[in-house]
Amino acid sequence: MDDIAARFQLDWPGFRLDVDLTLPGRGVTALFGHSGSGKTTLLRCIAGLERSRQGFLSFKGEVWQDAQTWLPTYRRPLGYVFQEASLFPHLTVLGNLRYGQKRIAADQRRSLDQAIELLGIGPLLARRPDRLSGGERQRVGIARALAVSPRVLLMDEPLAALDLKRKQEILPYLERLHDALDIPVLYVSHSPDEVARLADHLVAMDGGRVLASGSLGETLARLDLPIRFGEDAGVVLDATVAERDTQWHLARVEFPGGSLWTRDQGQAIGQHVRVRVLARDVSLATQHQEHTSILNLLPGQVDAIADDEHPGLTLVRVRVGESVLLARLTKRSAAALGVAPGQSLWVQVKSVALME
Amino acid sequence: MLLSDGDLQAIWLTLRLAGIVTAILFVVGTPVAWWLSRTRSRWKGPIGAVVALPLVLPPSVLGFYLLVAMGPNGPVGQLTASLGLGLLPFTFWGLVVASVFYSFPFMVQPVQNAFESIGERPLEVAATLRASPLDTFFTVALPLAAPGFLTAGILTFAHTVGEFGVVLMIGGNIPGVTRVASVQIYDHVEAMEYADAHRLAAVMLAFSFLVLLSLYAWPRNARGGAGNHG
Repeated sequence: MDDIAARFQLDWPGFRLDVDLTLPGRGVTALFGHSGSGKTTLLRCIAGLERSRQGFLSFKGEVWQDAQTWLPTYRRPLGYVFQEASLFPHLTVLGNLRYGQKRIAADQRRSLDQAIELLGIGPLLARRPDRLSGGERQRVGIARALAVSPRVLLMDEPLAALDLKRKQEILPYLERLHDALDIPVLYVSHSPDEVARLADHLVAMDGGRVLASGSLGETLARLDLPIRFGEDAGVVLDATVAERDTQWHLARVEFPGGSLWTRDQGQAIGQHVRVRVLARDVSLATQHQEHTSILNLLPGQVDAIADDEHPGLTLVRVRVGESVLLARLTKRSAAALGVAPGQSLWVQVKSVALME
Repeated sequence: MLLSDGDLQAIWLTLRLAGIVTAILFVVGTPVAWWLSRTRSRWKGPIGAVVALPLVLPPSVLGFYLLVAMGPNGPVGQLTASLGLGLLPFTFWGLVVASVFYSFPFMVQPVQNAFESIGERPLEVAATLRASPLDTFFTVALPLAAPGFLTAGILTFAHTVGEFGVVLMIGGNIPGVTRVASVQIYDHVEAMEYADAHRLAAVMLAFSFLVLLSLYAWPRNARGGAGNHG
């Protein structure tokens, strides 16, 4: 009873949504897909901004929608962050934050301080929305959604309207949210990078249907799905910083099944980090290579092989200890190495991205 | 002062009429404008057309129908008589009622445009911030449509000041009761008092120019209405 059950069917001209999902009541769930996949529509159905003909929605045991029940949006204990911050232009930043805060029951009302501090918007409170940058506006939009003490936070591509620099400005705040909030977050995105950084659970959507729903690690390692990620196919590992080499500015992170060297980004030893290993940065060898620039050599065992989106490429899933990695090879190389399920070989990891 | 007591009385009556009509239309026109801006009903077209009718109808036609309706055999006349209010034609309040109909589109259309230009998003945002639809209307829709209301108020006021045909049909020409400025000018001309007509006409001309200047010279307000007052 601690999860979110959602079942919706919508029929619009040229678009059909048909989903039946159970989402975890904790952590960040990414709703991932291309535009037109129905991910935003699903989020709007959960918020009550769209009303599906046939629908069922229960949040941690409370029914928000079924054949008899319809809870309007303003009675649902949620926070919603829109793609464009959509701040009220007739109110100051503080007025925007207070708008929702003063409309919730007094005993649930919390000070705005935490949201203001978390999003770093203290210096902006007296300003009008038209005097803010795009990144500042979106941070205020997130703080405003948190100010209603929501029991679930819904975010509709909060970074999509921003340029790369603004994205980099906001992502650290989102990562802090991930650590600081004890409420579930549903995060709509079409960016594999944001998903890899933020999500714990992944729902992949296409054409109004759910392709896969599961924990981030498992779902990213599914060979029938990486095609959706294209160039960004890869896995995410939960790891711990184990060693820092000050002479070469490197850090060694340990994950279940092995360890990897990466650029030292200042994390303390013992800190939990998320490590992303892209399939295109992983290659395979049948023998231990002595003379190579690649630092990371791990013993592994081939688990499964699948076609990649390009006819010349293949994706190989390799088990390394308790973890799995994906490797993208040309079919010619795979044939030359004789790659087959169960085969033991060396996994070479050229580059690793440290997140958090 | 070069204006006669009769002229001043007519001007005062005109301003009082326009002020009362504008106030009534703020209350009556706003819900209609809101409904027209939000509805997906098939009645939107017909209702919108009825609202716009005074823009194209000759004032004498509108005045004629209102006179019949408010007369002793008309439905409005029977209602007012049964309520002990007497009959409305040839009274100040008869003019008010007629002017409310006559100036209706000048209130509804700019306000409707202002509501439409808000879009759905701010209303959805308010709903996610726990505001009920009524709450949203007063705390989000009205403030965001404020420039449209200013435009609508100015246009309604000015248009009521300028009406003539409907006044003649409904109100006749009773000094201090229904003789507004435009009728007073007509009287001056009928009586060959061209100098008096000139003075009052100049006042009206200056007033109209200043009203339009306030709409066009202030871009925030011109946005909401200058293009759509018929």
